[in-house]
Amino acid sequence: MARMTMIEAVRSAMDVSMERDDDVVVFGEDVGYFGGVFRCTQGLQAKYGKTRCFDAPISESGIVGTAIGMAAYGLKPCVEIQFADYMYPAYDQITQEAARIRYRSNGDFTCPIVLRMPTGGGIFGGQTHSQSPEALFTHVCGLKVVVPSNPYDAKGLLIASIEDPDPVIFLEPKRLYNGPFDGHHEKPVTPWSKHDLGEVPEGHFSIPIGKAEIRKPGSAVTVIAYGTMVHVALAAAEETGVDAEVIDLRSLLPLDLDTIVQSVNKTGRCVVVHEATLTSGFGAEVAALVQQHCFYHLEAPIVRVTGWDTPYPHAQEWDYFPGPARVGRALVDVMGA
Amino acid sequence: MTEFQRLSLHVPEPAVRPGGTPDFSNVSIAKAGAVARPPVDSAPEDIRDLAYSIIRVLNREGEAVGPWAGFLSDDELLTGLRHMMKLRTFDARMLMAQRQGKTSFYMQHLGEEAVSCAFRKALRNGDMNFPTYRQAGLLIADDYPMEEMMNQIFSNESDPLRGRQLPVMYSSREHGFFTISGNLSTQYVQAVGWAMASAIKNDTKIAAAWIGDGSTAESDFHSALVFASTYKAPVILNIVNNQWAISTFQGIARGGSGTFAARGLGFGIPALRVDGNDYLAVHAVSLWAAERARRNLGPTLIEYVTYRVGAHSTSDDPSAYRPKTESEAWPLGDPVLRLKKHLIAKGAWSESRHVQAEAEILDEVLDAQKRAEAHGTLHAGGKPSVRDIFDGVYADMPAHIRRQRQEAGY
Ligand SMILES: Cc1ncc(C[n+]2csc(CCOP(=O)(O)OP(=O)(O)O)c2C)c(N)n1
Repeated sequence: MARMTMIEAVRSAMDVSMERDDDVVVFGEDVGYFGGVFRCTQGLQAKYGKTRCFDAPISESGIVGTAIGMAAYGLKPCVEIQFADYMYPAYDQITQEAARIRYRSNGDFTCPIVLRMPTGGGIFGGQTHSQSPEALFTHVCGLKVVVPSNPYDAKGLLIASIEDPDPVIFLEPKRLYNGPFDGHHEKPVTPWSKHDLGEVPEGHFSIPIGKAEIRKPGSAVTVIAYGTMVHVALAAAEETGVDAEVIDLRSLLPLDLDTIVQSVNKTGRCVVVHEATLTSGFGAEVAALVQQHCFYHLEAPIVRVTGWDTPYPHAQEWDYFPGPARVGRALVDVMGA
Repeated sequence: MTEFQRLSLHVPEPAVRPGGTPDFSNVSIAKAGAVARPPVDSAPEDIRDLAYSIIRVLNREGEAVGPWAGFLSDDELLTGLRHMMKLRTFDARMLMAQRQGKTSFYMQHLGEEAVSCAFRKALRNGDMNFPTYRQAGLLIADDYPMEEMMNQIFSNESDPLRGRQLPVMYSSREHGFFTISGNLSTQYVQAVGWAMASAIKNDTKIAAAWIGDGSTAESDFHSALVFASTYKAPVILNIVNNQWAISTFQGIARGGSGTFAARGLGFGIPALRVDGNDYLAVHAVSLWAAERARRNLGPTLIEYVTYRVGAHSTSDDPSAYRPKTESEAWPLGDPVLRLKKHLIAKGAWSESRHVQAEAEILDEVLDAQKRAEAHGTLHAGGKPSVRDIFDGVYADMPAHIRRQRQEAGY
């Protein structure tokens, strides 16, 4: 075991995977010599050579398209898109190609690629460095969508993603790269080294894709979150004193419906939290499922706490970011309903 | 069994890395004045060599020589010098402001000032630039108020963009400066569309597209060339080759092709390479391309050969991927010093006037900064209202956004 930041955990997952399997290759913008703008791939080129870890031209559709071709050959590309905001030029390759190759070729060709992308706000990144595009992926059949909320999960889930036979979109909340973030931007972030989930096995291990984790048991209300919002939800529960059960989805597609349903049937209340905009966001999917499966147990309407239906502003990002105050208000409201 | 050896992947590498000695002796640079100036209506195939050479006007002695010289008066050159000095001072102050926590982020132009400052002077009012983040010289050289630029950088209460955009992502229709996108290259093809519209409406305005060497790898760059070439759009397609795209050297985007300018040739677009650190050369080439566009002769592609002396942005540490002394070894020199030397050689300028101008410009910049800071900086003083988050997503605020604004308490 070692104490790792999420950056180190992500790097370690690639390292372990490249070591075990010669077919794993890593590429993307600035990932080679420099080790990526967030340093997630630092040292990999030195260790595995420049044909297994290399810089790509600034061409996201080129990056994803070639990754698909490599996968068709038999490699397992684990690709970095510098920021999730920059996957749009590759959206066609991701959604019409990677996601469908297995289906349309009846299994003749497959696409075991991983697309890692930093997501989310809280770093003064403005509208093009802060986006949370998960719903754009969960709407696409054939993809898997994973969002870790801590270093331990990041490593285990990334290894599982690399070993997965299908394309996985691996969204890394950059606000969590160096420590858990509870939504209090004015407080310094405590580093992962002071946190249990910063304790990560150095060797190979994996966490199954499609399994949620209960971060905090509770009986009054279920809070469903993922990524950065897991920490915000925990802070909100603590600050309001509401006995909330906090579920960390970890994987949005496939979704661990059983854990959700069991919890909401127990608590009778449900709050869904995400950073992405409200309208047609992933929370809508969760709310519809909860409504369908838990209707007779619900004691209050399902509530969503999310980013606003606007682009992500630069100066007012803390008013955009759903912090513990907004989540806490929702908790108190559903308890009173 | 097979007559072929096993395959191996080619991954291009820059000539030197940190710790090595920079060496640009392989960069072939035409002598100042050596490259011909063809008529603007030349057929692209007749001027193919311009995509491989480098057009230069200022020689080592600071003299303006050759067929591309003589397009600017002393007064115009002095103004150009002042613009470049202003941009450099502006950058230095804003870099410091970022370090002091007055804003989140900044991107400077150090070494590249001539490109945007000289280009602006080839445009007319009403023409439209589709810039990236390293063309603030287009605004400076058009006398856009520095205070407004700073208000944007500080995201303060007077920020013309209401705190929405990252610092340096300016926008000014009035000054021919299209709103900047963080997503690279998208503007390139939009510029072509704007130019096509001007032609459709039988207008006289032209457009200018801007892109970095690294960003030419994006599909939008190639789409822009297809459309510009097909419709002979009145657009100048600028590529600023400053050698680096964050940590990635220009060879990664350029691949096997000789030059970035040569990318235009396959599309039948006249393509020129120019010394991007030579104010006179940049201006002369821009003027040539602008004249072609105005005469309805179609697009021109220009590669500006320059060097990014500073970091990519305030989030970058270039010493991690290139030798610290590389910028000093760069053979095309410093654009400000070269123009200064030329003007001094001509007797139009002097060391003492230069020192005096530096002081005046610093005062001017400090004064603008003081006025801007009076409106607040990112973390202190006046801010755009939270209300501003919700405005302007649509022309009319739909009910659901109004509800969210109320929920936010505004
Ligand atoms: C679509 C997209 N992909 C990636 C990025 C991240 N990024 C920002 S600047 C940059 C390098 C651009 O290099 P270049 O085009 O050479 O311009 P320069 O910075 O050298 O002026 C990258 C990769 C982005 N902004 N947009």
